Amino acid sequence: MRFRPAARPAAFARARFVIGFLALPLLLYGVYVISPYAQAFSIALTDWRGVSAEPRFVGLDNFRRLSGDGVFWTAVRHNALLLVLLPVLTVVVALFFAFLLNDGGPGSGGVRGARFYRVVFFFPQVLAVAIVAVLFQQVFRPDAAGMLNAPLMALGLEPVGFLADPGVALWSILGVLVWQAVGFYVVLFSAGMASVPRELYEAARIDGAGRRQVFFRVTLPLLRDTVQVGWIYLGIAALDVFAIVWVMTAEHGGPDHSTTVMAAEIYRNAFQYFKFGYASAIGVVLFFFTVGFAALALRLSRRERIEY
Amino acid sequence: MTDTTFSRRELLRAAALAGLLAPVASCATPAGPAPSPAPSAGATSRDNPLGIPEDRPFEVVIFDGGFGDAYARQVHQPLFAGKHPGVRIKHTATKEIAKTLQPRFAGGDPPEFVNNSGAGAMDFGALAQDGQLQDLGPLLDAPSWDDPAVPVRDTILPSAVEVGTYDGKFCVLNYASTVWGIWYSTKLFKENGWEVPETWDAFTALCQTIKDSGKAAPFTYAGKHPFYIYETILTLAAKIGGAEVLRNLDNLADGAWKAGPVVTAAGAFADLGARFLMRGTSGLDHIQTQTAHNKYQVAMLPCGSWLENEQKDTTPPDFGYAMFPLPSFTSSDALPYGTLHSRPGEEYFVAARSANPLAGVEYMRAMLSKQGSGRFTEMVSTLTVVKGAAEGRTLTPGLTSAAAALKTAGPNVTYFRFRQWYQELHDEVAAATGQLMAGRLKPAEWADRLQRKADAVKADSSVKKFTR
Repeated sequence: MRFRPAARPAAFARARFVIGFLALPLLLYGVYVISPYAQAFSIALTDWRGVSAEPRFVGLDNFRRLSGDGVFWTAVRHNALLLVLLPVLTVVVALFFAFLLNDGGPGSGGVRGARFYRVVFFFPQVLAVAIVAVLFQQVFRPDAAGMLNAPLMALGLEPVGFLADPGVALWSILGVLVWQAVGFYVVLFSAGMASVPRELYEAARIDGAGRRQVFFRVTLPLLRDTVQVGWIYLGIAALDVFAIVWVMTAEHGGPDHSTTVMAAEIYRNAFQYFKFGYASAIGVVLFFFTVGFAALALRLSRRERIEY
Repeated sequence: MTDTTFSRRELLRAAALAGLLAPVASCATPAGPAPSPAPSAGATSRDNPLGIPEDRPFEVVIFDGGFGDAYARQVHQPLFAGKHPGVRIKHTATKEIAKTLQPRFAGGDPPEFVNNSGAGAMDFGALAQDGQLQDLGPLLDAPSWDDPAVPVRDTILPSAVEVGTYDGKFCVLNYASTVWGIWYSTKLFKENGWEVPETWDAFTALCQTIKDSGKAAPFTYAGKHPFYIYETILTLAAKIGGAEVLRNLDNLADGAWKAGPVVTAAGAFADLGARFLMRGTSGLDHIQTQTAHNKYQVAMLPCGSWLENEQKDTTPPDFGYAMFPLPSFTSSDALPYGTLHSRPGEEYFVAARSANPLAGVEYMRAMLSKQGSGRFTEMVSTLTVVKGAAEGRTLTPGLTSAAAALKTAGPNVTYFRFRQWYQELHDEVAAATGQLMAGRLKPAEWADRLQRKADAVKADSSVKKFTR
């Protein structure tokens, strides 16, 4: 009984200490992150056009419209496609590069010039998205000034409308997204590979395992957690795609809506059509998609950790 | 990737913050929804017919785009200051009108005078719907800057009044007079003996000749911005079927997009697209196609009269810009050869809920003076809606050609307004027209699709409707 009077002030002091540190960040978080989200929910229930001080309440009308909006569903389909393909491609390519750079663990040193490649792979990560987009616009130019089309045309072939052909444009965008993301995951997976105990590799080598076997039997299983984290990040990024599409494509998501994504439709409806209520409704839907994906991904990835 | 996450969040935040500001500001300011129209009582005079307060400042916001903002600082503001030395003008230039001003409108603190232009302009439909546009009727009835006996109304093109009228109220000043046509190099044409075609058959024959010569591609347009070509298609539709074809489109009339002249015009251009376009057109933007034109890689280009000014730094000195009107489609066209698409453009308005709206109206009166508009024309190579203001001024060759074409056209001038009224419809027309030109949509499918969109806009109760 005697320790209680002493313990209480200590606990209180600690709580005060913690609250003191957290109050300001929490307040800022509340004002700048939580409250805009909350307001997006309420704006989604109005037909606000952005200039009036008195938005009109319309209930779930925006969501009803949304369900019949073909362009919105096209955007959802594109996001879904990216959600499947962006993580797969990025992870596969990044694993491949990371394994080449590390070649089965420290000591072996990886391919020649591994350090240089690491910098090259990481380079896209350093560039601002807008710069990447403008750069690739030039790469994809459909005439003799385009980096990819110039050799084709020199060979007498028809130029490819990388961004001009609705059947090709989304794939071009996907290529840029993968190109841009891979570097980060190469570094992430390299770090993961570097933390795998060297003895495991040595044991595998002594047992006569080739590179392929080392990769599939040792490296990949031990990298599982890292890959999963990458997967979730990439999934959220795929739902979030905006700047590349907006800056790079004709008609911001075109041609003819062939590359549009949900975030682009939010922007278009808000800042081009001044339908802020409708745009907020798309934002709300996107919010639930993202939260749903994150929850699902975290649940599916729950699994025992490998101790080593 | 982190950056894309950021941009989306940023934009959600921006949208939501604007929402946060709105109620706060509406409590904080006494500005009611309906400002008293004019604090002009007793203050009118010969030099101040609108009776603006001579001591209250006001703000001018200029879109810093193709025209820059020097014309406002060097021409209009000194002109205004000459008559009202006591009124301080705050000058603001921005490339992003909506981002700069929208929070101020939502917050009840708008600037007096706005040049609402560029890709980031505020939506006029939304502004009109919310009563943010000052009635400019008094401006039309006010004596003109140069001659007190002549009201402003008589010094400007009637189309400027029509185009600036929303809901029966004249509230947007469209200052520049844009002329559309097909642009070419007089040098290239002269060297090759090519003639300006006056009929559609002559036009396609010319395209074939140019194609066969191998010297240049016959035709291109800004493929990434199909507006350039749908404008031309609709002008042809009006030539074939008369001005009411476009009026029906504007008024969202039933079946307007499926009307014969519209589908015929679309078919004519789809054919042009299939046979005579410069390679890669669909993926090039306006600057890239215009540069190809300046390099003689392509012979003809549909564009507006701002083209010459936009390209002035890259055009060869002996290029010789000139334009010709759309050729006649058949001998039974409803409108004669020479008919032009010409629309007053470049919008300016006065914010109804600003602190000193009358000063903004008076500033417009200064802009519409002979001096104000004539020097504007010289500075940015663009005609204005002020009648005869370009006379006696030195004009560039392209502008001379455009001015002459406009004079020849006389009353045969067409335009459409749905682009300003229904941005969504505009985007759909652009998207579908790009596909039409690339051969992925047949003219009838194109018309069906646009009719569906027009019907959807008509049925959307949240979008304000306009008629003309």
